[in-house]
Amino acid sequence: MNIWEAILLTVITASTPLVIAALGELVTERSGVLNLGVEGMMIIGAVAAFVGAQLSGSPYVGILCGIAGGAVSSQLFAFLTLTLVANQVATGLALTLLGLGVSGMIGEGYVSVPGVRLPEIAIPVLSDVPVIGAVLFRQDLIFYLSIVLLLGVNWFLFRSRAGLKLRAIGDSHTSAHALGIHVIRTRYLAVMFGGACAGLAGAQLSLVYTPQWVENMSAGRGWITLALVVFASWRPWRVFAGGYLFGAVTILQLHAQALGLGIPSQYLSMLPYAATIVVLIIISHNRRTTMINTPASLGKAFVPER
Amino acid sequence: MTVSDASAVPLLSVRGLTKLFGSFAACNEIDLDIAGGEIHALLGENGAGKSTLVKMLFGVLQPSAGQITWQGQAVSIGSPAEARKLGIGMVFQHFSLFEALTVGENIALSLDPKISLAQISDEAASLSKAYGLPLDPKAHVADLSVGERQRIEIVRALLQNPRLIILDEPTSVLTPQEADRLFETLFKLRGEGRSVLYISHRLEEVRRICDRATVLRHGRVTGACDPRQETPASLARMMVGSEIAEVHREVLAPGEVRLDVSRLSVPARTPFGVSLKDVSLSVRAGEVLAIAGVAGNGQGELFDVLSGEVTVSDAKAIRIRGRDVGDLGINGRRLLGASFVPEERHGHGAVTGMPLSDNLLLARSQSDRKSFLGGGIFSVIRHASIRSATQRVCAEMDVRKSGEDPSAGALSGGNLQKFIVGRELDRQPALLIVNQPTWGVDAGAASRIRQALIDLAKAGSAVVVISQDLDEIFEIATNIAVISEGRLSEPYPAGTLTLERIGLLMGGIHETHSGGEAAHAH
Repeated sequence: MNIWEAILLTVITASTPLVIAALGELVTERSGVLNLGVEGMMIIGAVAAFVGAQLSGSPYVGILCGIAGGAVSSQLFAFLTLTLVANQVATGLALTLLGLGVSGMIGEGYVSVPGVRLPEIAIPVLSDVPVIGAVLFRQDLIFYLSIVLLLGVNWFLFRSRAGLKLRAIGDSHTSAHALGIHVIRTRYLAVMFGGACAGLAGAQLSLVYTPQWVENMSAGRGWITLALVVFASWRPWRVFAGGYLFGAVTILQLHAQALGLGIPSQYLSMLPYAATIVVLIIISHNRRTTMINTPASLGKAFVPER
Repeated sequence: MTVSDASAVPLLSVRGLTKLFGSFAACNEIDLDIAGGEIHALLGENGAGKSTLVKMLFGVLQPSAGQITWQGQAVSIGSPAEARKLGIGMVFQHFSLFEALTVGENIALSLDPKISLAQISDEAASLSKAYGLPLDPKAHVADLSVGERQRIEIVRALLQNPRLIILDEPTSVLTPQEADRLFETLFKLRGEGRSVLYISHRLEEVRRICDRATVLRHGRVTGACDPRQETPASLARMMVGSEIAEVHREVLAPGEVRLDVSRLSVPARTPFGVSLKDVSLSVRAGEVLAIAGVAGNGQGELFDVLSGEVTVSDAKAIRIRGRDVGDLGINGRRLLGASFVPEERHGHGAVTGMPLSDNLLLARSQSDRKSFLGGGIFSVIRHASIRSATQRVCAEMDVRKSGEDPSAGALSGGNLQKFIVGRELDRQPALLIVNQPTWGVDAGAASRIRQALIDLAKAGSAVVVISQDLDEIFEIATNIAVISEGRLSEPYPAGTLTLERIGLLMGGIHETHSGGEAAHAH
């Protein structure tokens, strides 16, 4: 394996959790719900996956535990904001704080315990192709899932009837209700999907990225995914591109720091954020496209007229 | 289909239907029978309870008391989906469309999930063609005009093949020709044994096409009749309980030029928008210039550039009271004494969630700064004077509201429109530009608004009315111009134009005037 393959591999590893969590949040927001608790759900997913893998000895059980952790915590948010009509912004922030606290408590006995690493799965034939074989087809399950998610979410939103209904709810929940679409039920499911994705992203952190449990190991990635979704104007391929851009610049600036180019490290650390935002703003400069893709009822509470 | 059964038992029968909001009865013991194969009119002023009644029939609202019987079976309609399953289709007055979705997607949402999107687009295209309601299934609703949006609603309801179709003010944005085609559609539906519940404030239309009429006032049924046996005046009497004041117009000698537009061209802002081409017009004090035209021919675009919502780089292209204002924003133009009433009441003319007094202040905070804001640079809001101005506007325009200062969204459409127009009239503007002043407004409120516009012109203001309602135009205009595909015809004195001639101009057919254009462009 040469240096470029190694760099590409680390880029993929760094980008995958962002892409997964952002795709989940994209679906949630397309339904009109703003869940700012991605960071919290991600860290709960990370600790659940780590503990699950430790107790069972299987990283695949760990993945399931991570998904379940994210999904369950998202349902707490859904109950508060959709059934009890609590403020979505405040509840989302609370979920993040809760997630960081709860994960620290659960993971207390697991700090510095050696983790279970998710094995790589080599896809026959394709993995023998030079360069890209080793990079793309000798990966772990979660990477493959992230690609399936990208294609699946894109197909679901723009090709399926259920996705059409979800977008309709996000555009105008009153009109959707008037048409007989189940607004609250759909939003519960969309929030759960977002939570499951955040949990899966968390599992990637504690089973692949750094196979161990460290408190606060999500390190602000949840917040980055929220920004990615907005700057990508709620479109899956842009979220994917944004996630990889962020991951790539993060890794490259690390290498640049190691080379000692004489640029203050603070500027280099800023680079991924600045580059991602600039590029996504340039992509989404067309106001009409942005308007059509922005869920108009995002963050607004829905109470059916009775 | 058992048409004979349907004529024996009423298709839909309603007994004692009541809807309470708190202690207020929006609908009070309503009785209504709709037979199979009839076009049944539902008449009433805004706030009479028509919308509430219809929402209960369509399952959007649940009745507080009373019974709905469908084809002889007692039913409770819990949701619009259940209503559709029974065979009730609905075209809403405030469109339940999704702006971010395409026409085809909007239609697909209310149909059988087994049908593919492509198939729906084809079907919708052929249906809309058959009924004379042209639609492009791939266009985004956000780019469509009000008239075009209504076509989607109508086609969407028709696609569901309903036994009863409820139409809420369907013709208010259609041209006479389009309305005629819609009536043919309705007659066709009736011929197939289907029934239509037709809500309209256009009495002439109700007399022409409806078999029976039920009249509501203050939430109660005040009359049931055969509209063909009535005169418009007698129908209106049942509806408002008193004679509608006729609008009076006197022609005054025109004064100074208040608004002057010369050779204004503006490219379309969206792929589906209309570009304005070489528009020239001039309005003098004391004149009412009406701009007629079919929906989506550049009316919205024209209003936007006249009001300053969209500025043009050539400042000289638009002049208000002799000043170049093309590059001036709304407030700059308002400070010169101009006032504007946009087409969309909710969210454009008024902030729905805010009380009337705040809406008044928002519109006039710059132009009436002295009366409403105090404390010099601190701009402290003077609540007392705003409150009294709000009361004055409501009293002047007879705005019916619940409570002292309700939110704008709590008012019915007609009352909110009266408030918005009254808010501007209260300033005694030197120039007033109104887009669709009485769209979806009941006869009583419409007559009040029209009279107010005429009175304003009589008091020496210049008035521009953009309207699709030809009756309205003939009632109030001193001069009429027609807009078609972004081109504005020269203005004609109201007395010299016939309906037929306007119809031709709206269709983009211009006669060749020798020197007419040149004279107009000075």
